[in-house]
Amino acid sequence: MAHASHIFSYKTLGLALGALLVLTGVTVGASYIDLGWINVWIALVIASTKAGLVLVVFMHIKSAGKGVVVSFLSTVCFLAIMIGFIFWDVAFR
Amino acid sequence: METAASFYETPEPARFSGIWSWLFTLDHKRIGLMYLYAILFWFLLAVFLGGVLRLELMFPGETVLSAQLYNSAFTLHGVVMIFLFIIPALPAVFGNFFLPIHIGADDVYFPRLNLLSWYLYMAGGAIAVFSLFSGGFADTGWTFYVPFSISTNTNVSTAVFAAFVLGFSSMLTGLNFITTVHKMRDRAMGWLQIPLFTWSLYATAWVQLLATPVVTITLVLVMIERFFNVGLFDPARGGDPILYQHLFWMYSHPAVYIMILPGMGVISEIIPVFARKSIFGYKAIVGSSLAIAIAGSLVWAHHMYTSGMSDTAVFVFSLLTFVVAIPSAIKVFSWVATLYKGAIEMTPPLFFSLCFIYLFSVGGLTGLVLGAAGANIHVHDTHFVVAHFHFTMFGGTGFAFFAALHYWWPKMFGRMYDFKKAYIAAILVTGGFMFHYVPMFVLGLQGMPRRYYDYLPQYAQGNFFAGFGALFMILGIGLMVANLMASFARHRDAGSDPWGGVTLEWTIPSPPPVHNFVRPPEIMAYPYDFSGVTDRSAQRPKGE
Amino acid sequence: MAEKPDQTGKKLGMWLFLYTEIILFGGLFVLYAVYFSWYTPDFILGAKQLDLGFGLANTVILLVSSFLVAASITAVQKNQRPFALTALAGALVCGAVFLVNKYVEWGHKIEIGIFPGSEKLLDGPAPQNLFFGLYYVVTGLHGIHIVIGMVLLGVSFVLVLCRKITAQDDAVLDNCGLYWHLVDLIWIFIFPLFYLVV
Repeated sequence: MAHASHIFSYKTLGLALGALLVLTGVTVGASYIDLGWINVWIALVIASTKAGLVLVVFMHIKSAGKGVVVSFLSTVCFLAIMIGFIFWDVAFR
Repeated sequence: METAASFYETPEPARFSGIWSWLFTLDHKRIGLMYLYAILFWFLLAVFLGGVLRLELMFPGETVLSAQLYNSAFTLHGVVMIFLFIIPALPAVFGNFFLPIHIGADDVYFPRLNLLSWYLYMAGGAIAVFSLFSGGFADTGWTFYVPFSISTNTNVSTAVFAAFVLGFSSMLTGLNFITTVHKMRDRAMGWLQIPLFTWSLYATAWVQLLATPVVTITLVLVMIERFFNVGLFDPARGGDPILYQHLFWMYSHPAVYIMILPGMGVISEIIPVFARKSIFGYKAIVGSSLAIAIAGSLVWAHHMYTSGMSDTAVFVFSLLTFVVAIPSAIKVFSWVATLYKGAIEMTPPLFFSLCFIYLFSVGGLTGLVLGAAGANIHVHDTHFVVAHFHFTMFGGTGFAFFAALHYWWPKMFGRMYDFKKAYIAAILVTGGFMFHYVPMFVLGLQGMPRRYYDYLPQYAQGNFFAGFGALFMILGIGLMVANLMASFARHRDAGSDPWGGVTLEWTIPSPPPVHNFVRPPEIMAYPYDFSGVTDRSAQRPKGE
Repeated sequence: MAEKPDQTGKKLGMWLFLYTEIILFGGLFVLYAVYFSWYTPDFILGAKQLDLGFGLANTVILLVSSFLVAASITAVQKNQRPFALTALAGALVCGAVFLVNKYVEWGHKIEIGIFPGSEKLLDGPAPQNLFFGLYYVVTGLHGIHIVIGMVLLGVSFVLVLCRKITAQDDAVLDNCGLYWHLVDLIWIFIFPLFYLVV
């Protein structure tokens, strides 16, 4: 038998859902406070936190092994570089 | 001599027979061969198209094609060569056939997904053919740049959709290979005991997996723009056409590493065998393969220096492009160092490999000319570029494909081919290649643009000369293919190890049995230990 | 074919596939990032015209549906088949409601003349055309993935019903769940970038 050695209880899942809903509220609330260009980054940080919760709790990424965790983060890194490197162009025209 | 029924006699799943035992097969070796037959067809078709293009260019003015047809012809030549031949050839044919054997497995991890990849490949090809007959094949070049790809009346959507489907085939093959290498290696085989061809396929598979989705979304956007006129790349509506180029090359540059990495893997297999010497710098080759895969994904905008992007971007991408040349050079040094003081035995696979090393090096060095932002302004979109990528893609991957064919032919089909004819073919192809493409470097430096149907009188001589080179090259290819086909007139008596190889495929019968191994494979501590081979006075069939 | 030695490969394969989906949507986020940085005021104006209520509702719906899918896997592991089926059915209902919301939302916009190639967008400020163009492409592609996800959940439902998915053999449910969670993950980023840039 080769799957998750640890199954998340309903309680853990429920707590994660609760946290996600709270964070959703936070991000909506934050959008009402005008901090200029920082708003986008706040929104992205909150979204990334929510994503992290989904990944760790709902998707149980740790049970898939270190290889998956590393390659997932690398994929996200690759996406970040894709977007970031384009700004060498678009930010300097 | 072990006898076992070969995989030709034993279908997998067993309940099928005849053609169905091929169309519904789950055997990676049969899938590899089905790819081979299709790929050879596409290759020869695209060679023919190339021949027609160069015939047109041999003389000024209209020769055999109208201007419109010329544009569609070079688009089709590019689309077929890139998406239907070069990208899949080595992974889908030789990767499928040999990767499981190299790691001591009996198949890939997802055999049904493997078959699906083949069907997606065939479907993509069929869609490309269909688009020939419905509204004029796309005339945009294989790069489908906006705004022309959105506004032109030719059947861009179908052509782009074909590439979209083919992308899935490539992506799923990459997924399959990564999983196979991680999960199906023989227990005794650690990461640093994996043969270099498998390593190269592993590095390639990551690029196939992560880069292909970029072109998928890019092509979807072209279709969406053609149908719904959203305006995401339309300057009149706030869009930026250069963003299309960024998205396109974000895949298409890594794609050239998908093309070359397996080719380098093949050369890394062949050189040690015919130098009777362990590969020089195994770890360096592994590291450089991964470095090429990673660094090669960061340099895409070197195709765009003159597009209008910022000077900062030009500088950054030019710098990174020079960096990516370093791991490639490491490989060339390793191959040459392997040959040094080796006991060389000349065979057709080695001959093609030596040609590869030379041609790819020339291609790579001319890439530095293109990668340097200043020089690029003079040669961008000229025949210099055309020559450069033919040296790397054809002289590189193409020749590696020929080398792989000649190396693994006796294993796949149990038959050896005639050596002399193979050498003649190789010399014709290589010589023809040089006479065909070197003039293009000169023409490009003199300013002849690419994708031009006609040209100024001063370019006539170079084009005429290049046309002759094409003739010899095509003759050589024809002889090569005919020679390989002629081997089928012989008995299946190549023996399990005609070359003196040390990777696992040479320990099993030729052709292999359906589950690959007759007895459990013996994994060596180091994959290129030739001491056993040099000790044996092996009876190998030499070429007649 | 010999028995596959290691069943964990199925999960690895699914994660690898998810990476391709991340990059697929990533291409669209590339476009968004560039145009947002160039035309921030117009994007803000565009976002104000989107209905936050629908966006928020859809966000909550997808989060709940992810919870239900994860719960169904726990249920299968605990051999609580009826609850697993209920949870999966619930997730499917969530998906359906999401699509209905999307349909209504799009319908509103189309009614007032905001759709790709519409005169209002052609005549209006160019960057607003980009905002709504991206909105339709991104949410449209996402919607297609919701449909695919629902099909996968439906298949899982049937397999749990027929006892083909059990505590010992739940790879299919696991993998379908992963796909659904990914669709939720993408929406987690779509929501703030389109609805909250006000």
